[in-house]
Amino acid sequence: MSKRPHFKFRLYVAGDSPNSTQARANLQTLCATYLPDRHEIEVVDVLCDPKRALADGILLTPTLIKYSPPPIRKIIGNLSQTQTVLTALALPD
Amino acid sequence: MSKKEPAGNPLKARTGIAGFDEMTKGGLPRGHTTLVEGGAGSGKTIFALQALVNGARDYNEPGIFVAFEESPKRIRQHAASFGWNLAPLEKEKLFFLDAQPTPDLIQSGSFDLSGMLAMLGVKAREMKAKRIVFDALDMVLAILNDPLAVKREVYRLHEWLLAQELTAVITAKADPNEGTAAGEPQLGFMQFMVDCAVTLNHGTNLGVSQRNLRVVKYRGSTFSENESPFLIGENGMEVAGESEMVQPKRSAMRERVSSGVKRLDAMLGGGYYRNASVLITGVPGTAKSTLGGAFAEAACERGEPTLFVSFDSKTDEMVRNLSSVGIRLERFVKSGVLRMVWARSLTGSAENHLMRIKKIAKEHHARCVVIDPVSALSKSGNENTATSVAERLLDWTKASDITLLCTSLLVDPGSQVENTPLQISTLSDTWIHLNYQIRAGERNRGLSIIKSRGTAHSNQVRELILSDACITLTDVYTAGGEVLMGTLRWEKERAEQAARDEAKTVAEQRQSKLLTEEAEIEARLKAVQCELEAKRAEKKAQTQLATGRATEQARRGKEMRKLRGSDQA
Repeated sequence: MSKRPHFKFRLYVAGDSPNSTQARANLQTLCATYLPDRHEIEVVDVLCDPKRALADGILLTPTLIKYSPPPIRKIIGNLSQTQTVLTALALPD
Repeated sequence: MSKKEPAGNPLKARTGIAGFDEMTKGGLPRGHTTLVEGGAGSGKTIFALQALVNGARDYNEPGIFVAFEESPKRIRQHAASFGWNLAPLEKEKLFFLDAQPTPDLIQSGSFDLSGMLAMLGVKAREMKAKRIVFDALDMVLAILNDPLAVKREVYRLHEWLLAQELTAVITAKADPNEGTAAGEPQLGFMQFMVDCAVTLNHGTNLGVSQRNLRVVKYRGSTFSENESPFLIGENGMEVAGESEMVQPKRSAMRERVSSGVKRLDAMLGGGYYRNASVLITGVPGTAKSTLGGAFAEAACERGEPTLFVSFDSKTDEMVRNLSSVGIRLERFVKSGVLRMVWARSLTGSAENHLMRIKKIAKEHHARCVVIDPVSALSKSGNENTATSVAERLLDWTKASDITLLCTSLLVDPGSQVENTPLQISTLSDTWIHLNYQIRAGERNRGLSIIKSRGTAHSNQVRELILSDACITLTDVYTAGGEVLMGTLRWEKERAEQAARDEAKTVAEQRQSKLLTEEAEIEARLKAVQCELEAKRAEKKAQTQLATGRATEQARRGKEMRKLRGSDQA
């Protein structure tokens, strides 16, 4: 089991806007399906913490950053296209 | 449009871009959005950046630049190349947001700008921003890849801008040749939404670069609707606005300024009018430049800052050449009253030259400007714009209290048709034409005043004579319906002089003859008088003698009778 890496995500959303709400739901579904018990999700609401988003260079919402395991990947959009996300995360479907 | 226009004239936010604020009667719509469209390299970013930098620096309106296409580093480099010092502004009045989509960006599903706008809102409040630029918005819209999403995001952005009350400039690429209908539906949509739309285009005409700016719409404001040429010069963008020119500052002046040639002044009734535009046309070698030089010298002698723009000759050559006819300009160049500029006529657009001339004239506070020859403006590639450039040149000098003298070359020396390619002859106030008269193996220069508004000018052709000391005009002779100049004139002058001399001699001779005759008669008269006197004296003596004799006789008779003792007594 130690071979299988632990995934760390940060999802930037803009409040309850439709795309952001969908992104949260899509990410949770995806993690539950493909990365059960080996993921961490931090959600940053840019409306609540705009300075952080600015400092992180996040302008488009929603944006998902996978910063572990390397390499870092940045995915924008509501994550509705699961296949694209899986490819980006190098996960087999 | 859900938002209502504020009552009355909306306030304007000055861009500080020369010419643009005049075209739009004050600048961009304050608190509203302006869309700037144009092809690649048309100057959109420069327009937006210049308005933002000027706002932050000169009008105390802090601003944010959202860069979708170029990195802030590169934009800072552009600014530095125009001499705008951003470093002190960036401390509090200017903020660059690097919003370039990264190349490794992966997209899955729809996204929006609401996060960015939220961040910008915080930043704008923090720095009390009044202006914002979204440079190359089309870059981010292209990623959306969905016309509906594009509409939604543009609408979101628009609403946000209105709510923030920011004066915004959005730039977006457009192909000016294709229009906006087919290829770029999002831009057409944006044009309807924004309050002001500006189109920039950049093309070439026979290899000469021409840039134009047009205000397509401006809600709630009048504006100059025509396409105006603009330049990207060393200090940024300058638009050749019209409204700055059409109203001269002062009404027509009665003051006269010398042409530098005494007899020409006399022909013109005292010289050119102050602030007039004077056109001197002629074939090559007819002393057009010389008249320009004479005018410049006279202006410098009055102490008026003067600008001499020479297209054909280098300035030192021009000074040397003019000194050969007694026009000494070097002293004024040294003293700084005269500024001589050599403008190559082969490179650069007419617009470029006009801008350059205007800039130097402003720097020099010129009151008199000579452009030799103005026809250089219409060289290849500039035929279409040259007329409008020349018009604006004339309008500008009038508005700036400048007396302008332009020379213009007539291309075909054979025709001697007085047509000017720039068609400024109709606009100029005074038009002097120089030509050659060829007769008896000589070329002589003839000068005529074709028109001079407001002046009862002489309509006679004069001969223009250049010597190493001065320039002057001479009356010409007409003989048998032909104008005599040069040696023919000289011969005619001699002949007339001889005739006058002869007549004088004859008169003198006659006079002296009469005097002699008079003296003779007087002498004779005197002699006769003397004779008369003598006769009278003789006659008197004779009478006395006769009387004496009679008395003596009487006395003797009496005595005889006494002696005889006569008794008759």
